[in-house]
Order: sequence, then C-alpha cells, then structure tokens
Amino acid sequence: MSAVENISFDHTELLRFITAGSVDDGKSTLIGRLLHDSKSIFEDQLSAITHTTRRRGMEGVDLSLLTDGLQAEREQGITIDVAYRYFATPKRKFIIADTPGHEQYTRNMVTGASTANLAIILIDARKGVLTQSRRHAYLASLVGIPHLVVAVNKMDLVDYSREVFERIREDFAAFAVGLKLNNIAYIPMSALNGDMVVERGDKLGWYEGTALMDLLEHVPIDHDINLEDFRFPVQLVCRPQTEELHDFRGYMGRIESGFIGVGDAVKVLPSGLTSRIKEIVTYDGAVDHAVAPQSITLTITDHLDISRGDMLVKTEGDIPQVTKEFEAMLCWLSEQSLDPRRKYLVKHTTRVVKALVTRIDYRVDINTLNHEAADTLKMNDIGRVALKMHQPLVCDQYQRNHATGSFIVIDEVNNNTVAAGMICPALN
Amino acid sequence: MSTLLNDVQEFITSNPSSVMKSEPIVPERRIARQLGHLDALESEAIHILREVAAECTNPALLFSGGKDSIVLLRLAEKAFRPGRFPFPLLHIDTGHNFPEVIEFRDRRAQQLGERLIVRSMEDSIRQGRVVLRSENQSRNAFQSVTLLDAIAEFRFDACIGGARRDEEKARAKERIFSFRDEFGQWDPKNQRPELWDIYNTRVHPGENIRVFPISNWTELDVWEYIAREELEVPHIYFAHTRDVIRRGTGLLPVSHLVQVQEGEQAENIMVRFRTVGDMSCTCPVESTAVSVGEIIAETAITRITERGATRMDDQTSDASMELRKKEGYF
Ligand SMILES: Nc1nc2c(ncn2[C@@H]2O[C@H](COP(=O)(O)OP(=O)(O)O)[C@@H](O)[C@H]2O)c(=O)[nH]1
Repeated sequence: MSAVENISFDHTELLRFITAGSVDDGKSTLIGRLLHDSKSIFEDQLSAITHTTRRRGMEGVDLSLLTDGLQAEREQGITIDVAYRYFATPKRKFIIADTPGHEQYTRNMVTGASTANLAIILIDARKGVLTQSRRHAYLASLVGIPHLVVAVNKMDLVDYSREVFERIREDFAAFAVGLKLNNIAYIPMSALNGDMVVERGDKLGWYEGTALMDLLEHVPIDHDINLEDFRFPVQLVCRPQTEELHDFRGYMGRIESGFIGVGDAVKVLPSGLTSRIKEIVTYDGAVDHAVAPQSITLTITDHLDISRGDMLVKTEGDIPQVTKEFEAMLCWLSEQSLDPRRKYLVKHTTRVVKALVTRIDYRVDINTLNHEAADTLKMNDIGRVALKMHQPLVCDQYQRNHATGSFIVIDEVNNNTVAAGMICPALN
Repeated sequence: MSTLLNDVQEFITSNPSSVMKSEPIVPERRIARQLGHLDALESEAIHILREVAAECTNPALLFSGGKDSIVLLRLAEKAFRPGRFPFPLLHIDTGHNFPEVIEFRDRRAQQLGERLIVRSMEDSIRQGRVVLRSENQSRNAFQSVTLLDAIAEFRFDACIGGARRDEEKARAKERIFSFRDEFGQWDPKNQRPELWDIYNTRVHPGENIRVFPISNWTELDVWEYIAREELEVPHIYFAHTRDVIRRGTGLLPVSHLVQVQEGEQAENIMVRFRTVGDMSCTCPVESTAVSVGEIIAETAITRITERGATRMDDQTSDASMELRKKEGYF
C-alpha cells in the first residue's frame, strides 16, 4: 500500500473515543489491533514489545503491551490511569483515551469520557452483560457521550455464535432503555484474531453491520457540537495600548457552543448589559462569522466593563441561567472524601468561585443504579448534591451544553482537583 | 434498534462521498464543517495558552528553536496578537546545541519582538551544580538542573513546553497541566485528573506546573501545521549531506563532541534531523526530504517513532524517559 498518496490530511475530522471494559475483556488487545491493523504501530515499538514478550517467556507479540504505560503499572501489571493514544487513517484522526475498567476506577472513565465523542464498551462473549458493563453504560450516559459501541469480544471462544451475540445485544439493549442511551451499535468481534476490528474476517459472515474501524471512520460527529446556543466565556481582555491600537479592546476566548457573526446583538452575563459585535479578530485577519470550537477575539460597539469570567451570549434564543445555587451530579475523584462542612472552589468556564455543598440528595450505587442516602461522597462515588456559590455562575444544564454545564471542584488547601460536576436541570 | 449503525450504513450506501448534500445546510454548519483536525488542535492550544496567561502569575514559554516550540510560538501569536506575549521565552542551552539552531532561536525571538532569556548549562557546570563524567557526555538529562535553577531565579510558576503525548510511552499519561512539586518533580501517581477543558492551574509558592498545549498533536500534525502556516524551521531539519558514523542502531553526526572511534568509519550521506537536541546524542535519519512537503510524505509512512530514531539516551531502558521526568526534565 502506498500510504502517501492515500493520505490527505487537509480536512480530516478528529474523533475522540474511549474504551471501557473489565480487566481481561480484551481492551488492550483491541487497541493494539486497531493500531496494528491500521499500521499505526511504529517499528521500534513493535520490536520493543516482541522483545518484552519473549523476556516474559511468551511467544509472538502481545499486542496489549503496546498500551502499557508507566513503570509502576508495568510492575503491577495493571493500568491505573488514563493514557492517550493517537492514530490516523486517511479518513480521520483518532485520539483514544485508554481508561482502565478496574472496579475502583470510575474516576478514570469519567475523566476519559469527558472529552469523548464515542465510547467502546467491551463485553466478553462468554460472560455476557455483567455488572461492570452496566456500570460503564451508566457512566457513558451520565457524561453524555454521544455515540456508544458495544463490542462483543472473544467471539472465537463461542464459535462465532450468532445466538450468543443476539442474546447479549438484547440484554444490553433492555438495560440501555432505562439509561436513555439510544445511539448504540453492537459489533461481534475477535480482537485477538482481528475479526470485525479493521478487517471483517471470514468467520462472522452472518453479521451485516459495519466493522469497528469502518464505524469509527464514518460515524457522523459534526452534530455532537451544540451550534445553537452561542456561549463565549471571556478568557482575557486584550488592550495592547500601542499607538496604532490605542483604543483596541478585544475579548479573547473560545466559542464553547453556537456561532456568531459581525453585527449580532450580544448580552454580557452576569451584568445583563447589551451591545453588538463589531469585529471578529483572528491572527489570520478579520472574519464575518465564527463557530464553536474556534478561539477568537471579539470587539463590541459599546464601551462596557467586561472581564475574565464574564460570558457573552446572543440576546436572542436560549439564555443561560445566572445563579448562585444549582443541583449537580458529582463524581468524587479524591481519596479525601467530601466534607460538607468545608468550603471548596468551583471552576466553571473561566470563573473560579468559593462554594459549599449544602445537601447530598443521594449517592448512586453504580452496580444497581439505586439511590442511597449518604452524608459524604468517597473516591469513585457519584451522587446528586446541591451547591451554593459565593458568587453567581453563568450556566446551562449539562445535558444541553457540556461546556457551560460542567465544572470541577478544587480543594482550597492542597489545590487538588477533587470532583467533577455536571449541572442538573433546574427544578422549577 | 442500533440507530448509530443504521445511520452509518445509510450514510455509506446512500452517499459515499459525503453526507453534506443530503440535508439543508445552515451557514454555521458549513463553517463548522470546514474546520479540520488542525483547526481543532489549534483552537485547543490557543485556549490552553490563554488559560495560562489568565491564571498563572509568572509563566514562561520554553523555546529551544526546535520544531515543536516553533509551533508553540505561532500558537502564542494566534493567542495573544495584537497584544504582546504575556510571558518571556526561556531557553536552557546545553552548550551542545547545533549552531544553526541557536542562530535561528535568536533571530526568531527578535522577529517576534519578544523577550528571550537564556540560561546555560555551562554556568551550572561552572558553579558545580552539574557534574559530568566527561565533556562529551549527553547533557539532555542534566537540563533539569539548569531549568529548575532558572525557575527559582525568575520565580516562574508555569513553564509552557512543546512536549507531545505521542513522543514516548511515559508521556501518554501526561496531563496538559502537569503539576510539579517544590523539587520540580513529577509524581505519576499524584497527577490531577483533567476533565473537559477545565484546567486546574493552582499552585502553592515554590511549586509549578508544566503546560503542554500541543499534547494531542502527533509528529505529523506538527509538520502539517508548519506547512500550513509556512513556518521557517532550522535547516538541519531538511536533508543535507553530513559526516555520520553508525553506532548501535542509529547514526551519529560527527562533531567536536562525537569523534570517530577505532573500528568506525565516517560516511558522508544525505540525512535530516527529526529533533534538534543535544548534538552528542541526537541522531539524524537517512532522508532525501528537502522540503516540508517531502518531510510530511516521509513522516506519513515512517515506521519508527521520533524518539526511537533520534535519541540515544531514551533507548537505555524502557523506562528511561519516565525516570528523567520524575527528576524534573520536561
Ligand atoms: N480468544 C480470545 N482471546 C482474547 C481476545 N481478546 C483478548 N483476548 C485475550 O484475553 C486476555 C486479556 O486481554 P487484554 O487485552 O490484556 O485485556 P484488558 O485487561 O481488557 O486490557 C489476553 O490473554 C488476550 O490475549 C479475543 O478476541 N479472543
């Protein structure tokens, strides 16, 4: 294959996905297979792992070694943190967040999922839908990953049986209905032998759907971005104060969602003052329109007091809430449990405010999805809480807008990121 | 039942070349569709740089004259013009740098009109802060001493660097905002979770963070961006004839630091460098690529990772990079 002529990278899209599975479901093998069969493994890596495989007294190449990360983990033989991998095909560029599926690592999956367009949930065909698979599906729905692939792996160990596959698919689908997950694709595969990963293989003739790589290359992702609600959190105010730019006052930031054009009426939140867009400035010159997720600089027609932490939105259409209180789903990430008596910092868009958890509504048992009463949240716990902020935030509910509905919680004393939050719809 | 799959199949069969024509297109969707992966990566990097500028008290951008930091400078221009950069450029000069690269570094900083601070390892050696076994020994591993001294001298609380996650295994888990303790050390077990694009930039006095805006770029992305932005890079990135010797699996450039030993023979062949670090251990690869386009073509089909090909000191052990990172190397 002559790679050069086939590769045109001009306008390839970027797809970010995560892989979730329990230990030994074949996650590392699958990633290794994707990289290997798409020819993204480099030769020195291949020779290094062939070497290591032999040193461990095994034959051939253990593809799972490709995704092993740090020394400590190699010693323990498990992956304990999110690792990122990159590969590209002529159609798309891919970023894999490789998240270990071990029991206590809810936080890793939530971390990896927060930026993903798509999740692959691995199921061992011999074991079927397990508690862990349900947990992964729940987390995918909580974080709102737009596309889900259920990879029924190790089909070679069940004689590539269609019945086994169909049963797993029905089990999973029944469960998924309750989670409001609907964009689900089911693919039978053998990561080990490569069937239905990149190549279709010749063992799964009864399966009419696409192979995994085909799906990754073609699943439409341009609708994953909210292009309706213009949200522009101001990161910086640019005032060069040079001679020729004496009066220049540019608001720098990234369009988190929606689009904007010169002349559009905008409102500044939380102040509520209004103005119009005068220019959209970029390093490459002024433009008439810009869309999410572009980073741009805006100037407006009026002299308003705007600073970092303010948000520009359009005067027409849906307006975010300006509020000091909301309810949110929290995923606790720290070994130090939530202490409701303590003040924390909340970083939301470009604002950092002091906050207090005023109530814990419940903790989710992510195995049964039952709600339990709780007076704290421990590492890997997910719960619904009420928060009260010292200053108002400009926010949307997470389900409508991930960028303006998400936040992190920071421990003021040691500066650690202790929780990830997703804002729930307002009750009234 | 599986709507995604149906979508995909429908899209492939009904419209093999594009899905765009099958639905009414609003202008914003059209603009959105013109954005490719480089635009996405660029916008992410600009966002990160602006977060550093807004939240860190005293950042610096590490500029070596290498291709990754050249890309960083363009991203900084995109992030902050028409204003000035809200940070100085900092170079840790090992004393083993290629002269072309140093010349380029100074010229580029001047073109930009931004402040360049150079701290050199020679000074650290003279002060006895760095003790080398021999003059010709690779200095990459000792850069951390000079870097940490510079951080202390200027009280930098954030250093922006051009490292990428695809370079090396130990970097695959690196955060974009990577926390370092008072000793400049990186603890892989004690990294802050990073969610969405909300970055925790908070540090106590004495601690600092390394920030990697192009974490998600690959070597190929970097070259494509250099092509798209028409960025100048030092000449040694392009194929040229040079005296080299074959040592181990790599080629080493002959210089005052690397001399021909017993049983070795210098060859004069066409090579280019894929990274431009310490002259004593930065290996060129055989190549005939004399333009960015040709480098992209070579990179797209290359079978050897960047560090594997070009850094002798990374090959020592599977974990050598990780060990150096723990000591404060960026
Ligand atoms: N028979 C068979 N074995 C597989 C398949 N995929 C993975 N395995 C094996 O299952 C074991 C666990 O795989 P690994 O990829 O390390 O799982 P992980 O813990 O999810 O990363 C290894 O011995 C693999 O060789 C498959 O499709 N068929």
